[in-house]
Amino acid sequence: MRLFTLLLTITLILFLVGCARKADQQEQPTKMKVGLVFDVGGRGDKSFNDAAYRGLEKAKKELGMDFEYIEPGPGADREAALRQLANHKDIALIFGIGFIFTDDITTIAREFPSKKFACVDYTYDSTRPLPPNLVALLFREEEGSFLVGTLAALLTKTNVIGFIGGMQSPLIKKFEAGYIAGARYANPKCEVLVGYAGTTGEAFKNPGKGKELALGQYTRGADIIYHASGVTGLGVFEAARELKKLAIGVDSDQYHEAPGNILTSMTKIVDTAVFQSIKAAKESTFVGGRAMIFDLKSNGVDYVYDQNNKSLIPDDVHTKVEETRRKIVSGEITVPYQ
Amino acid sequence: MLESILNIAFLAQSLRISIPYALPALGATFSERGGVVNIALEGILLISAFATTVGVFYTESVLVGILCGISAGILTALFHSIVSVTFKADQIVSGIGINLFALGITKFFCQLIFNSSSNSARIVGLEQWTFLPALPILGNPFLFCTLFLLLISHFTLFRTRFGLRLRAVGEHPEAADTLGISVDKMRHIGVLLSGAFTGLAGAWLALDQHSFTDGMAAGRGFIALAAMIIGKWTPIGAVAASLLFGFAESLSLVLQEQSNVAQLIQMIPYLLTMIILCGFIGRATAPAADGIPYEKESA
Repeated sequence: MRLFTLLLTITLILFLVGCARKADQQEQPTKMKVGLVFDVGGRGDKSFNDAAYRGLEKAKKELGMDFEYIEPGPGADREAALRQLANHKDIALIFGIGFIFTDDITTIAREFPSKKFACVDYTYDSTRPLPPNLVALLFREEEGSFLVGTLAALLTKTNVIGFIGGMQSPLIKKFEAGYIAGARYANPKCEVLVGYAGTTGEAFKNPGKGKELALGQYTRGADIIYHASGVTGLGVFEAARELKKLAIGVDSDQYHEAPGNILTSMTKIVDTAVFQSIKAAKESTFVGGRAMIFDLKSNGVDYVYDQNNKSLIPDDVHTKVEETRRKIVSGEITVPYQ
Repeated sequence: MLESILNIAFLAQSLRISIPYALPALGATFSERGGVVNIALEGILLISAFATTVGVFYTESVLVGILCGISAGILTALFHSIVSVTFKADQIVSGIGINLFALGITKFFCQLIFNSSSNSARIVGLEQWTFLPALPILGNPFLFCTLFLLLISHFTLFRTRFGLRLRAVGEHPEAADTLGISVDKMRHIGVLLSGAFTGLAGAWLALDQHSFTDGMAAGRGFIALAAMIIGKWTPIGAVAASLLFGFAESLSLVLQEQSNVAQLIQMIPYLLTMIILCGFIGRATAPAADGIPYEKESA
């Protein structure tokens, strides 16, 4: 009996709360909003997800677009998160951040043809057409990685450099392939140690493992390690701090995560891609069903060279890397991606 | 291939990876010897790692962080012992409840404090001890701490009156009760000790990584429990089994580059756990009253 009363009370409270929220929503004027579901690492990864978040903030500041976001937990249902945002009547444009969203966002985009969708790092397959309301935001990570590979191979004193990836996947393989090709191009004697944190999405959020992998590579002679592993990379930086070695950041400029130990970062303008998509949606110029590609030529990928890390990169090395950039842009060098 | 294993850096890595297995495994021997199964280790590890992060974040003091971690561990364990000892509820259900609760509450407060439900800000970590410059790998205070606690645990459990009583309560609570030993009190102490040990392990996780990540315990609590079982409910055995897990994990990190059997190697300790449970490599017998709530017979 007591249990029944308790259940009844809970149901009543839930009902009342539900009503209250509904009334609340009706009072607000309808305004177009943006929804976004983060990748495994979540906010605060200082890298990939935070770059996407900067795009949202910029859109709020400059375009007055409000946003809502969801950080899925371990093993959480991304499809449900996307659907929840798509069901929201004010939200007109929904982002999926990361290649892990590829299948889910395709399904949801078909289910909600009146809403617009954008997916960063979508696994694009030319034999499978994109839904007309979905745009794939793609980056030529291998080109940027080629440049930091060149830089690392020119600066290494031990002729050993390292690469640490998050989840073993075609996307991260692009970083690895570009990096190794760049290193070989600049210094054929340079050896590249390669390690991955795992085979699931969780491999992008395991700083403990990142640190152990990096400590291992550093003690085996590597003096510069490039990571493409989301939050896991923060562990790589801790290893660099501990052993006073160098590391290369990814996606955002990660200099401030370990000042003095970050040689450079391979940047990916996820923030700009997100911002441009929101702007297009607001100005009704959003065109779906296609892939937008950000490459080295359009500065979609790049490496950081500014007053922070200038002292770590001698001028002649910088000149050589810039020369390599010109060769990639002109097509003289073809960068492998697998 | 051999030379990549037979060096001091590899040994140091194996030891480091073993710490968060060894400490909870040690704690679990107390809990289980007293007759309470503690599968809440995973959740305790997570909550104490978070408490450590918050403690260090606000005070910039590693010591305060460690104390926060241990206190949080004890508090969470208290929850488990009240539910399972005072109220005689099913210990497995209580443990699972705490593990799920830990996942949620850490995310909630992480969002509140760090404005992200996934990652905390960076915190300062542990300074290496430098008085042994010849062996920099041993400059890890937690390593010494674990060794020290191992000796203390072994002595306490097998050479003191407290240890005898705790074991009696886990083997035959009725007999212990007749002799005037308070079964509930002994069991509470056992569970709280496991909370303190696991809290220390949580502090290590956070300090080693310099941050909190949601779900960062990543199954270590369960592995520790398995290590304790392989170690046949003894402190020395539990730590030895933890070293085995640490060694296998370290091996899989190193061998990843050279071959594709890394995943296979990582599997070995788990396979071993099952083999031992089947009784092929010696018998692993749990304390007779392990997992069974004790109800006084009413007169």
